[in-house]
Amino acid sequence: MGGGEGEGGRAVNKTVMGKVLLKNIENPNSADIAGYIKTGGYKALSKALELKPSDIIDEVKRSGLRGRGGAGFPTGMKWAFAAADSKKPKFILCNADEGEPGTFKDRPILEKNPHLLIEGMIISGYALQAEYGYIYLRGEYPKAKDILEDAIKQAHDKGYLGEDVHGKGIRFHLHVHQGAGAYICGEETALIESLEGKRGQPRIKPPFPVNEGFLSKPTIINNVETLANIPYIIEIGADAYAEIGSPDCPGPKLYSVSGHVKRPGVYELPMGTTLREIIYNHCGGILGDKKLKAVIPGGISTPILPADAIDCPMDFVNMPKRGSMLGSGAVMVFDETVDLVKVCYRAIKFFEHESCGKCTPCREGVGWMRAILERISNGSGRAGDIDLLIEVSNNITGKTFCPLGDGAAMVVQNFAKHFRSEFEEKIH
Amino acid sequence: MLSENAVKEIGLIRNKYHDVQSSLLPALYVVQREHGWLSPEALKEVGEILNVPKAEVKGVSTFYSMFRHKPMGRHLIQLCTNVACMIMDAERLVDILKSRYGLEPNGTTDDGRFSLIIMECIGACGTAPAMLVDTDFHDNLTEKYIEEILAKYK
Ligand SMILES: Cc1cc2nc3c(=O)[nH]c(=O)nc-3n(C[C@H](O)[C@H](O)[C@H](O)COP(=O)(O)O)c2cc1C
Ligand code: SF4
Repeated sequence: MGGGEGEGGRAVNKTVMGKVLLKNIENPNSADIAGYIKTGGYKALSKALELKPSDIIDEVKRSGLRGRGGAGFPTGMKWAFAAADSKKPKFILCNADEGEPGTFKDRPILEKNPHLLIEGMIISGYALQAEYGYIYLRGEYPKAKDILEDAIKQAHDKGYLGEDVHGKGIRFHLHVHQGAGAYICGEETALIESLEGKRGQPRIKPPFPVNEGFLSKPTIINNVETLANIPYIIEIGADAYAEIGSPDCPGPKLYSVSGHVKRPGVYELPMGTTLREIIYNHCGGILGDKKLKAVIPGGISTPILPADAIDCPMDFVNMPKRGSMLGSGAVMVFDETVDLVKVCYRAIKFFEHESCGKCTPCREGVGWMRAILERISNGSGRAGDIDLLIEVSNNITGKTFCPLGDGAAMVVQNFAKHFRSEFEEKIH
Repeated sequence: MLSENAVKEIGLIRNKYHDVQSSLLPALYVVQREHGWLSPEALKEVGEILNVPKAEVKGVSTFYSMFRHKPMGRHLIQLCTNVACMIMDAERLVDILKSRYGLEPNGTTDDGRFSLIIMECIGACGTAPAMLVDTDFHDNLTEKYIEEILAKYK
């Protein structure tokens, strides 16, 4: 097996692993606790409750797990910060907002493997001595709400949740909180505002949520997929876990693939699998055997890449070297027939719609970019529009309150960098 | 007026949280499920129950695109047109809803059967184009399939 040179010289470990995050999901009753327990579910919880909380945090640190919500922050380090803060109570929030266009990787866990997430959250709660957890679930997943609430009730009835978790005298309560259609609420501080019943506008950092989060108390926010990795780390141990996938960001990774491939869907693969393998091996290649034009590798906010970049391993270390980001692992594939100017316009229209309005460069600048793209796209672009577009984007970069505005600017800059001629062809 | 049930449900929701205002979004959902939308009177009542100022309730509810501030049809179609759906021809579906059902984005059919809202990503990109009708997901939509689906919603 060739491919993927990881950082530090060790090749990406491509040993085909059994499914961890998507284990069992073909089973029609996969969301039911009995089936989950039958295949080893909640064993990691029993094991974790025999450990000291600080040992669990060390284990997560040593595992090398990095957050799967987009930024790739080391999970163990985040937990250690929160653990070091003595304020009480502490809260664990699961980010199930999954709003990044192209992303649908958390949905199978939420709808088909909810106990994996719940088990991960109980272990995290114990490790951090947090007694309350909330799953912030996007409003667009109404079925997942019912499934999660049923699963929480089952876990409660089994004694895994509540006032006396597993008979160990530990308290952990878990609730689902439904968002209502605001992408920005996936940003962690906006999520907290929203959970507090306010408009979902980001907060200034510092203070960071690990010190002053929900109700000004220490708060750990992790993505669904991040938390779903925790039981497995406890089960097999940090050392074995660190052997999976890319050396500097190990573990199984969910890639959600959409667009012009023969078999789109969510794939659980070792971190660091190349885009080529994902697109051509796992997804069966380009629909209708057309030519590949471009890929957005990590959700709409991540820089678009031309077809010749697909040998890059999909992980937090290698994607930035190739000029993009792993983001949420949402691979959007475009064949040779796609009008990329239109794609860029639609993407920026999304950001305009989702800008929370708090800061001017984003609120106004993204609207200007949309207006310029709209006229280029419909054939009424003017000479100089492409440079104007780039200039506006440069005036957004680095000047916004949260990464949403920056992300929008980056989208435009990278479409223009790799596919400028397509924009030029539209301006007569 | 909110029903007795709704008021009771909002009371139960309050127990899930350490502070009162955290129950605002869930409370608005309770009302929207019951009435189909959030009228100014309903917003006022929620504010009174939770002891949150009226202006704050309105400011919060209008921030979120899934809260409706005008009456809706019996069934709500939420059709995605974001990039993954767009490249799979979602715009054609918008046209069909217009030409065959007289349904415009943000509009309601004359018979009050359907309302249409254009969505940003609904997390069904692998089976695009996709929509939610009320709380049901429908994906891999085609011109013909969307008509079959809608026929089931009376
Ligand atoms: C505009 C914006 C939207 C985001 N949306 C999400 C999201 O939908 N889900 C998510 O897990 N993280 C999202 N994030 C990242 C979160 O802010 C945060 O980093 C993450 O939830 C931390 O969890 P992790 O360390 O487990 O990845 C978003 C960030 C930004 C700036
Ligand atoms: S960058 Fe945009 S989304 Fe972020 S705070 Fe500013 S206006 Fe709001």
